[in-house]
Amino acid sequence: MITIIDYGLGNVLAFANSYKRLGVSVAIARGPADLARASKLILPGVGSFDHAMGLLNRSGMRETLDELVVAKRVPVLGVCVGMQMLARASEEGREEGLRWIDGDVCRLDSPGAHLPHMGWNDVAPLERGGLFDGLESDSRFYFLHSYYFKTDRPADVLATAEYGVKFACAVRSGHIFGVQFHPEKSHRFGMRLLQNFAVHH
Amino acid sequence: MLRPRIIPCLLVREQGLVKTVQFGAGKYVGDPINAVRIFNEKEVDELMVLDIDATAAGRTPEYKMIESLAAECRMPLCYGGGVTSVEQAKRIIGLGVEKVAISSAAVENPRLVGEIAASLGTQSVVVVLDAKKRGGRYEVMTRNGSSATGKDPAALAADCERCGAGEIVVNSIDQDGTMSGYDMTLARAVRAATTVPLTILGGAGSLQHVADLIAAFGVVGAAAGSLFVFKGRYRAVLINYPNPAEKDSLLAAARRAS
Repeated sequence: MITIIDYGLGNVLAFANSYKRLGVSVAIARGPADLARASKLILPGVGSFDHAMGLLNRSGMRETLDELVVAKRVPVLGVCVGMQMLARASEEGREEGLRWIDGDVCRLDSPGAHLPHMGWNDVAPLERGGLFDGLESDSRFYFLHSYYFKTDRPADVLATAEYGVKFACAVRSGHIFGVQFHPEKSHRFGMRLLQNFAVHH
Repeated sequence: MLRPRIIPCLLVREQGLVKTVQFGAGKYVGDPINAVRIFNEKEVDELMVLDIDATAAGRTPEYKMIESLAAECRMPLCYGGGVTSVEQAKRIIGLGVEKVAISSAAVENPRLVGEIAASLGTQSVVVVLDAKKRGGRYEVMTRNGSSATGKDPAALAADCERCGAGEIVVNSIDQDGTMSGYDMTLARAVRAATTVPLTILGGAGSLQHVADLIAAFGVVGAAAGSLFVFKGRYRAVLINYPNPAEKDSLLAAARRAS
């Protein structure tokens, strides 16, 4: 079952409600025992990197999550700060990331484009199908961030957006996915993406 | 391309939605959850919910209500009202709200903005400034417009940005509920003093007003209360919002004009 990781941050109920509308049953995990039946994971997150990592590390679920994602290759979708947490580290803080995708989180500095990057922006997927199935053209999502995921490998970039500069707004390494925008708050575009995660991966 | 945001602003009083005129007594316009459901269907860009009595009555935020609103919202939610501490802001973000707005507390203690930003990130901290014309200049008011601060909105907005505000919302008390257009002079003054995302509230009475604001400022937040809850001359309560095609043509028109 798709399991949403509730470590005290992010739109857990918004994800649950989105999937309910899609007719997909989900579970919410608040401790390691709740993760036992997870076939896919959603890692939400808002706020600052250190605050989010600190909460996840203290949630009691960290070890089980590492085992599920790294050893058992359970697909995971990190959202917003949840995506940034997949990295090694972030310029925003001092905590270590999950290190599930090789890369670092950097400040999205670009001339003329003031931070934070806030609002609806176009997203350009770099490949067809999969997470962006049906979203290949004319898809937009809600962004609210000042940092972005800089992957070591260009091949790990799944989609880009432009805000002063072109940056990775979706990343993928094997079964590990991350999106910088908020699919749970992006109406039909986001619903489609969440459905794709449920169906395709 | 990043788009301007068109944002319904809902005012909560005693668990119901109201719409005020110049911060006066509000007219009851319905149930918040019901309104959120309608705005979901209309694919609203973003939603702002302000509990307008919390600070004035010395109340803390109504967490239960915020949680149910956040769970229902399929668009980003900004909540404001009664937030006076980092702990409260954290708790609200934990309920699934994207942005926390502070107003009176930020005006009285701009350091609070920095403290919340340090813990939650600047993008989650919004400062709402209620401004009123007094003797040929603008002044920031707090506590539902009842308390004068002597502070200039543009200067204070710049201070809040320096402290870590990720967005400034400027609300014109004079224009509130009048549906006669945004106060462009006030908007220009605050825009010139800040670089973070700016949202203008107060006075929008037609989509043309929204288009005018976008034409003047480009990527901006155009927020409105009355425009999205009333219909027609007699201000019948009817939740409304431009459909995607109307919104696209509005943005295109604004782009041509700018």
